Amino acid sequence: MFARRTVPLSYIARNLWVRRVTTLLTAAGMGLVVYVFATVLMMSEGIRATLVATGQADNVMVLRKGAGAEINSGIARSQASVIDSLAHIATDGVGHKMVSKEPVVLNTLPKRSNGKPSNVTVRGTSAMGLALRPQVKLVQGRMFRPGTSEIVTGKAVARGFAGAGLGETMRFAGRDWLVVGVFDATRSGFDSEVWGDADQMMQAFRRNAYSSVVFKLADASAFDQVKALLDDDPRLTLEAKRETVFYAEQSEALATFIRLLGLALSIIFSIGAVVGAMITMFASVASRIGEIGTLRALGFRRTAVLSAFLGEALLLSLVGGLMGLGAAAWMQAVQISTVNFQTFSELAFQFTLTPRIAAQSIGFALAMGLVGGFIPAWRAARMKIIDCLRQA
Amino acid sequence: MFLLRLLLKNAFRYRLRALLTMIGLVVAISAFGLLRTLVDAWYAGADATSSTRLVTRSAMSLTFPLPLNYAERIKAVDGVNGLSWANWFGGVYITERNFFVQFAVDPPSYLALYPEFVLSDEAKRAFYMDRQGCVVGRKLARKYGWKVGDAVTLRGTIYPGTWSFTVRGIYQGKDAGTDEQQMFIHWKLLAETLRARSIMSAQADYVGVYVVGIQNPDDAPVVSQRIDALFKNSLAETLTETEKAFQLGFVSMSEAILLAVQAVSFIIVLIIMAVMANTMTMTARERLAEYATLKALGFKPGFVVKLLFGESLLIALIGGGLGMALTFPLARGFVSASGNLFPIFNVSPLTMGMQLLASIVVGAVAAAWPAWKMSRIDIVQGLRHVA
Repeated sequence: MFARRTVPLSYIARNLWVRRVTTLLTAAGMGLVVYVFATVLMMSEGIRATLVATGQADNVMVLRKGAGAEINSGIARSQASVIDSLAHIATDGVGHKMVSKEPVVLNTLPKRSNGKPSNVTVRGTSAMGLALRPQVKLVQGRMFRPGTSEIVTGKAVARGFAGAGLGETMRFAGRDWLVVGVFDATRSGFDSEVWGDADQMMQAFRRNAYSSVVFKLADASAFDQVKALLDDDPRLTLEAKRETVFYAEQSEALATFIRLLGLALSIIFSIGAVVGAMITMFASVASRIGEIGTLRALGFRRTAVLSAFLGEALLLSLVGGLMGLGAAAWMQAVQISTVNFQTFSELAFQFTLTPRIAAQSIGFALAMGLVGGFIPAWRAARMKIIDCLRQA
Repeated sequence: MFLLRLLLKNAFRYRLRALLTMIGLVVAISAFGLLRTLVDAWYAGADATSSTRLVTRSAMSLTFPLPLNYAERIKAVDGVNGLSWANWFGGVYITERNFFVQFAVDPPSYLALYPEFVLSDEAKRAFYMDRQGCVVGRKLARKYGWKVGDAVTLRGTIYPGTWSFTVRGIYQGKDAGTDEQQMFIHWKLLAETLRARSIMSAQADYVGVYVVGIQNPDDAPVVSQRIDALFKNSLAETLTETEKAFQLGFVSMSEAILLAVQAVSFIIVLIIMAVMANTMTMTARERLAEYATLKALGFKPGFVVKLLFGESLLIALIGGGLGMALTFPLARGFVSASGNLFPIFNVSPLTMGMQLLASIVVGAVAAAWPAWKMSRIDIVQGLRHVA
């Protein structure tokens, strides 16, 4: 008789099907762990993707040295005009320099759903500010007119905060501001902002310094040169960063916090699920001792038995992994917002499922199956044929 | 007594399985407790507040300061018996990872409003006398090894520059709920330094928030209204609320994360429920013949149900009990690992009650289906199963 190498897959699958309830319960346990694992990674990725999409590669953001966030920063008008005169700034079609000097303030406003206050970023800008961010497009109404108390709101603000929809008015800084437009910033951080005329904002909030200056480089590779120029100017105590780098830093703390919390939870939870898989596989082995003996007597090797039981555990965990991932995929429809501790302002984002996260989740599920299934499979493979057949 | 022995023998018939199930339970119940404690820790700031303190801030947002000249006007408001102010300093100690809270305060009036920060008279005097001085909490001092007389250097983010302070006192909390990881510096030092710098001199005479002491907690709404009415339609309108509402405002900002943590804490219970239900289903299936025999001997179906529920609850309670006991060392480990993120991290009696409840529910739910099925088995069929 020839020694068979592998036990057919259909045998493995049928074993799972015969014990449907047990299979389902074990897979459900694993599925929940995978769900938590995937959701957390999606959340962290969503925050990262939102803030990374906020920056443009050839835009430069200038803040006061050490400020870290726009809210903490201050740039005097005289300093701003030094930046204005840089030769490296790109010009638009009609010869205007593409630079925007912006006051940014936090405003505590009530939410639409429950009236609870939360922080909204209010940005004073201009038509040039809009041109500097090509991902921002007005979807309702029109742009605000310079010199008026008109504002445009980001999609997430318009939906989330009271009085922020088109045609409504918001009251802050002692004025009523008419919302004349709503913009879609294609899932970037600007969706959570309110934009108005820079000079009007400075007057209303009684600021005499800008928070940040944003400009577009004529040549994206000239960044180091510009940075050196600004660093060396004794009149300035400013710091220039690529906009992409700046926003990536803003997302770092929150995204890392959520990822670490989630991974720690997933690992703790996976112990529970691994235990479940182990119980199931031990029982599976125990109830099929006779079968194992028969398989061995038929000429299947120990390795074949080992891989059959491991295969069963992996298949079980794959079912669980797919269930969990499927449930997590639904989360993409959910949009949530929370306060980013680094900027202290509300940030709306979506759960984002990437192929990488899907692969990681399935890999995590299979790892749980492997860990849970190995000892039982090992035990099954090491049993003696005689003992098995006698017991049956 | 006989029943209990039978239950114990049954529960540990497959020692490995019982052990694995219990490991799962211990992990799940302790993780559940830890997560609930995490949520509690978030609210700890709000729980430690006093009902005789109000906080007055700018109506626009916390990032807008209020003029110092409001102090005298607030003091004159009917019902107010104490006033102090604080600025969020936002300094960085060596690196951003070493986060802790720093307030620039007016020391005598601030400490008078916060009796929970216990400081010896000597330390108080030393702090009042030294404008470069600071007072730090006990836990904070222990963490960084600061002693009285040591110099602490911070890098300003809101107030640029390098700031150096001398530790003049280490305060203790009045009870376990007091945050012992704060640092207080002189507001006057801040104001004077800013005034000397041409670019920020306009910010010198501004304060972040006013802390208002009131005589009677019941007066809080009235006094709040009186204060806000005083500055209505001024350049800097105010918003006054109780200290608790003020702190809860911070908590509600991270509500989405809190909700997620809470949801996840219930998911772990669901996971273990699935594992436990699996164990009980397998157990019941294997003992089909036994239960049929018991029934044939004249035991009522209710006895079989009792056996299954008893066994399930027994395993769940042992595992859950161990999990509850393990929560305490875990919580301590978590605190030291997370640095200063959570100044207060105590496992509450409510959390322990919920852990116990979760164990019981897991045990009961896991036994429900097999118990129902086993109570209905046909004796003949069950006995045939033996062969």
